[in-house]
Amino acid sequence: MSTAGIEIGLERETPAGLETEEMTLNMGPQHPSTHGVLRFVVKADGEVMRRAIPDIGYLHRSIEKISEKVGYHGFMPYTDRVDYVSAMQCNQGWAMACEKLASIEVPRRGEYCRVIACELGRIASHLISVGTTGMDIGAFTPFTHALRERERINNLLEELCGARLTFNYMRIGGCAWDIPPGFVKRASEFVEQFEPLIDEYNELISFNKIYVERLANVAIVPAEMAIAWNLVGPNLRGSGVKYDVRKDVPYSVYPELEFDVPVGTGERGTLGDSYDRYMVRMNEMKESCRILRQALGGIPEGPVIAKVPRTFKPPPGEVYVRVEASRGDMGWFVVSDGTAFPARTHIRTGSFSAMAIIEELSKGLMIADLVAVIASLDIVAPEVDR
Amino acid sequence: MEAAEIHRRLRDKLGNAVEPTLQDGDWPACEVRAAAVAEACRFLRDDPDLRFDCLSNLSAVDRKAADQIEVHYHLFSYAHRHQVVVKASSPRLDPVLPTVSNVWPIANWLEREAFDLMGVTFVNHPDLRRILMPEDWVGHPLRKDFVEPEEYHGISTRRESLLKI
Repeated sequence: MSTAGIEIGLERETPAGLETEEMTLNMGPQHPSTHGVLRFVVKADGEVMRRAIPDIGYLHRSIEKISEKVGYHGFMPYTDRVDYVSAMQCNQGWAMACEKLASIEVPRRGEYCRVIACELGRIASHLISVGTTGMDIGAFTPFTHALRERERINNLLEELCGARLTFNYMRIGGCAWDIPPGFVKRASEFVEQFEPLIDEYNELISFNKIYVERLANVAIVPAEMAIAWNLVGPNLRGSGVKYDVRKDVPYSVYPELEFDVPVGTGERGTLGDSYDRYMVRMNEMKESCRILRQALGGIPEGPVIAKVPRTFKPPPGEVYVRVEASRGDMGWFVVSDGTAFPARTHIRTGSFSAMAIIEELSKGLMIADLVAVIASLDIVAPEVDR
Repeated sequence: MEAAEIHRRLRDKLGNAVEPTLQDGDWPACEVRAAAVAEACRFLRDDPDLRFDCLSNLSAVDRKAADQIEVHYHLFSYAHRHQVVVKASSPRLDPVLPTVSNVWPIANWLEREAFDLMGVTFVNHPDLRRILMPEDWVGHPLRKDFVEPEEYHGISTRRESLLKI
């Protein structure tokens, strides 16, 4: 994070013939389209960017350091704040890391509760993502539609855990609360009503000519580039790499559930363009509906949480656990030294690598496309800075 | 490929720069001498049977008791779907490691993060400066002996307990 002003000096280049001047623009940290507090220093030649240099750290809250002070159980509410747009999977990442350290098995009902909560969270997060993509490039209506449906998911999650955004629902060994009476019925109703709406959104924006032209062939990421930059989740799958942690490194009860992994196909432009990344999210919401339908129909009886001692002291060791969060493969690296406090926690998030690649992607793009690229990579600033 | 085989090939290539024992686990770890990290990583990426095309994570750990900073490189291969950790240690007083940002571009930011929060210097890094903390911050906050400053630019970092007010 830079403290003041634009520290990157203005270099003048004079190509032979016509004299032009490189312009340095500041975008952010407070800007309605920056998805949180982040900043770009844009070097532009007219409307074309030479490069956009990301400047992060404005939302750095030292969450990793806090984990060393509050202990294993106490850290759970802080994990919500790592990515507050889809906090459920962060809960699960931390819980899974601790369970692996101490070899705790989660009861099956607890796993089902987790899957239901996470998939609802994934739909909510993707709704925000596709809604803001529309808004960032000038289509406001889809955003209101997306938020309307997200509100219903927030209501469901509120029933489940009492909170609408920072859930603190999971615990080491399971979940804090069992499913409330009538929840399965209401959640199933939501799924039945929501799934046809995805097609409606597609009719409304996805196939709109202006919308397609703003996203197709913009910021193309070939598969090798996506892998080398460690892009994950929908951003990676948008480049045609069929990789989903839920399928390829199975955890929880995902192996028992049937779902497909949508990948980009280059249907409107080139494989790996912004439109592919957007479309992967649309299709993933359908898959989440499929998972929810199966999970809601097959919740087993039993406890939702295993017996875990109040003073949780895992044996010394280190784990690196990956979960498929809404913004992709989220890595939780936890080192235990045998005490009640973790020795080190490192959270490697999807937005961090998505943010890093922007400098490379921005070369030669129009300034107006920068927000489209940020939106298509689904960057959430708190997740970058932690 | 089995982790033992990966470890054997790495030892064939780098000899004694690689510890003879493989640390077992979900992510098996090869301990490599600090100076050989870049060479090891380049070999792991380029060998056609290994093809570690992705640096999944880079974490620095402060091992205060051993007076070392330990850096973990979590490598994953999308081509072969296998995984391994490369571990390297450097003295706490002045931890220095060669950069791998020319092997995987994402290492650029991950190394900047390790430099910023843990104070690890990566030799030949093209742009080694703070990434999350303000540029004029003193110290590396994730070190075990880091002491929070009393104030930052006139902003106090202390406050009365809410229970007392």
